Amino acid sequence: MYIGKVVGNVVSTIKISHLDGRKLLLVNQLDLQGNETDDYDIAVDVVQAGPGDTVLVIDEGNGARQILHLDPGAIRAVIVGVVDQVALADYAPASPPTPNGKRR
Amino acid sequence: MKFARVIGTVVASQKAEGLEGVKFLVVQLLDEQRQPKGEPQIAADATAQAGPGELVFVVGSREAAQALPVVFVPVDLAITGIIDEVDADPADRRRGPTAAWTTSG
Repeated sequence: MYIGKVVGNVVSTIKISHLDGRKLLLVNQLDLQGNETDDYDIAVDVVQAGPGDTVLVIDEGNGARQILHLDPGAIRAVIVGVVDQVALADYAPASPPTPNGKRR
Repeated sequence: MKFARVIGTVVASQKAEGLEGVKFLVVQLLDEQRQPKGEPQIAADATAQAGPGELVFVVGSREAAQALPVVFVPVDLAITGIIDEVDADPADRRRGPTAAWTTSG
């Protein structure tokens, strides 16, 4: 799972049946300081998140299928929470800040 | 799921069992700003309606095969939707994180 920021809506009419009636949001992955990175996902939203929100995203197929009650289900990224607070204890940022994150 | 642009078609008459009737397209994966990122790849078209030039989204790994009519097939990238519009307001980006970010200790 990772913490991301919703930066937009994705509108699609022609899509697979697993996505029917589901809201798709564009999410930018944040690093541990809350900065945007080059990583992103188009994620299914189940918590009524919207643009600007800091969210918790699961990017794993079995978890996604379980949340969405789909089997089979061709969905990986799901927004499963809106983050209120991130508290870091004794966190000294290494370089780079996250394994795959790049600071803008 | 990631953005991709369809840039070509692939025709294969001999395919693995379960892939009969599945259309394959050449796609260029894109970054968040819809700019090309990485090498083009071949994706199975689970919408059956995508064509060259279209902006689509793709799902990778094991979930790709689950988008197709026969679920257990050797496919690692599938087109799962055709994008009409990406609605991103730059003002939403400029705002800081909505979560409180604190460092203690």
